[in-house]
Amino acid sequence: MTFDLSTGLFVFVLATFIGLEVIRKVSPLLHTPLMSLTNAISAISVVGAILITSKEDATTLSKVLGFIAITAVVTNIVSGFLITDRMVKMFKKREAKK
Amino acid sequence: MQNLVNYIYIISAALFVLSLKWLNHPASARRGVFAGEIGMLLAVAGAFIKAYPIHNLEWIIAAIAIGTVVGIPIALIMPMTAVPQRTALSHACGALAAALVGTAEFYQKQPTAGQDLSGFVMVALMLETLLGFLTFTGSLMAMGKLQEVLPQRPITYKNQNAVNFVLFMIALGLAIRLVMVPTDTWIFPIFAGLSLVFGVLLIIPIGGADMPTVIAILNSYAGLSACAMGFVLGNNLLVVAGALDGSSGLILSIIMCKAMNRSFTNVLFGAFGQIQTSTAKTEQRNVRSASPEEAASILESASSVIIVPGYGLAVAQAQHKIRELYDNLMRRGVSVKFAIHPVAGRMPGHMNVLLAEADIPYDKLVEMDEINGEFPQCDVALVIGANDVTNPKARTDKGSPIYGMPILDVDKAHTVMVIKRSMNPGFAGIDNDLYYMDKTLMLFGDAKGFVAEIVKELPARVAA
Repeated sequence: MTFDLSTGLFVFVLATFIGLEVIRKVSPLLHTPLMSLTNAISAISVVGAILITSKEDATTLSKVLGFIAITAVVTNIVSGFLITDRMVKMFKKREAKK
Repeated sequence: MQNLVNYIYIISAALFVLSLKWLNHPASARRGVFAGEIGMLLAVAGAFIKAYPIHNLEWIIAAIAIGTVVGIPIALIMPMTAVPQRTALSHACGALAAALVGTAEFYQKQPTAGQDLSGFVMVALMLETLLGFLTFTGSLMAMGKLQEVLPQRPITYKNQNAVNFVLFMIALGLAIRLVMVPTDTWIFPIFAGLSLVFGVLLIIPIGGADMPTVIAILNSYAGLSACAMGFVLGNNLLVVAGALDGSSGLILSIIMCKAMNRSFTNVLFGAFGQIQTSTAKTEQRNVRSASPEEAASILESASSVIIVPGYGLAVAQAQHKIRELYDNLMRRGVSVKFAIHPVAGRMPGHMNVLLAEADIPYDKLVEMDEINGEFPQCDVALVIGANDVTNPKARTDKGSPIYGMPILDVDKAHTVMVIKRSMNPGFAGIDNDLYYMDKTLMLFGDAKGFVAEIVKELPARVAA
């Protein structure tokens, strides 16, 4: 797949519109979990971090930077998804318990 | 092989969209989180396939291991009251990662700058590092304010906006120079340094009460920096995920701004909450205060109660005591609801999470627009740790700094009770007329302790 500015912008604009539409419908009840979930999703930069660290000609600088970056985003991924799940689990209906 | 990776990325992007879609309701929210997890796993798998044969695998594995080991306890131990700080911290981590990857990209591609760092790639790279670094330090500042390590009140100095503007123009100038002549490597560290400083300067003039908006904006920036990384790497999945995060932050910050009747620029550059402290000094006015026994007997004889929680509830960790009060009143047949203002707490939706943690059913948590019509019929409005969002001045006093801000119409309830530690004004430093009304009883004390006293006073017997 070739990537140039115009395809990139195309994807960006469409994704933004989808994002705006979908997120507008999220109940205000769940705005905190929403934020931690999108935060975990934006840790997608893990892909970039892995690609840059795994290059054959990676310099020590990029290895170190990549290492820190992967550590930081994996922390985000793990804690972000887990804490979001912990939060949404707490939202219960009246008759749900006992 | 590359095609396979692309298909994996498409599935992953679709799962992220579904994940956010399912988050629209508590009933499907867990499914949403699960979809997001699968999407992320696929994305990581895709990255490994794409990078094959992988060099420096030991570095990557070690980093993933450390991240996991650090991440799990953060998620499981973190008390719900500290969620705003954790969110700020994770914005910082995500932004730092984007900035560092951008830096590594720059130095890696720089020798062949002519072909690899031309035009829009370089622009995107500059954007990625600028947003990444400034969100990193900005989020750390926000976290410091939320954790109360840093002063909550705005830190201001002369010509602040002018200084910030000049700094920003210098950074912009350096970025343009780098875009045109990417071989000028010496400029890059200066650019990165300026971005870091700029992040600090951007957040310190913003007061503690504006943190919900700030966190949302930083959320947006972190997403956009991931998005810019997508443009640098030519990776659509990063563009999509970053755009989703960016639009989420944007929507939340718009909601927060609307809920305070303020504009973006006012939140970012207005240094709210320091000008007003001088006007808060008015003449001494009389207030009526009451003891826990009196409060308990009023609640006991009420038939409908609306509880208005605010940040003070989070500080006092009073949510579980409030749950006891809720249970007790419900058993007596008293109707109890919670009125949630959009900016109550220190991040969007903060109160809902705290009350849900205390097992209060979410259908009792009512948004401002829905509940405001119910206050005139409500016997008792119990305000716990909320202040500015109940101030009737926002409706009536054109001269008040919070005029026009949508508020909870607490003053329309038959009786108002306010649990508050003292008569000190809130973050905005504005005196609240609500406290001086004839039907208002002030309950002075720590929210948790006072609610516990009330519960103790309410006889344990259950009305038949």
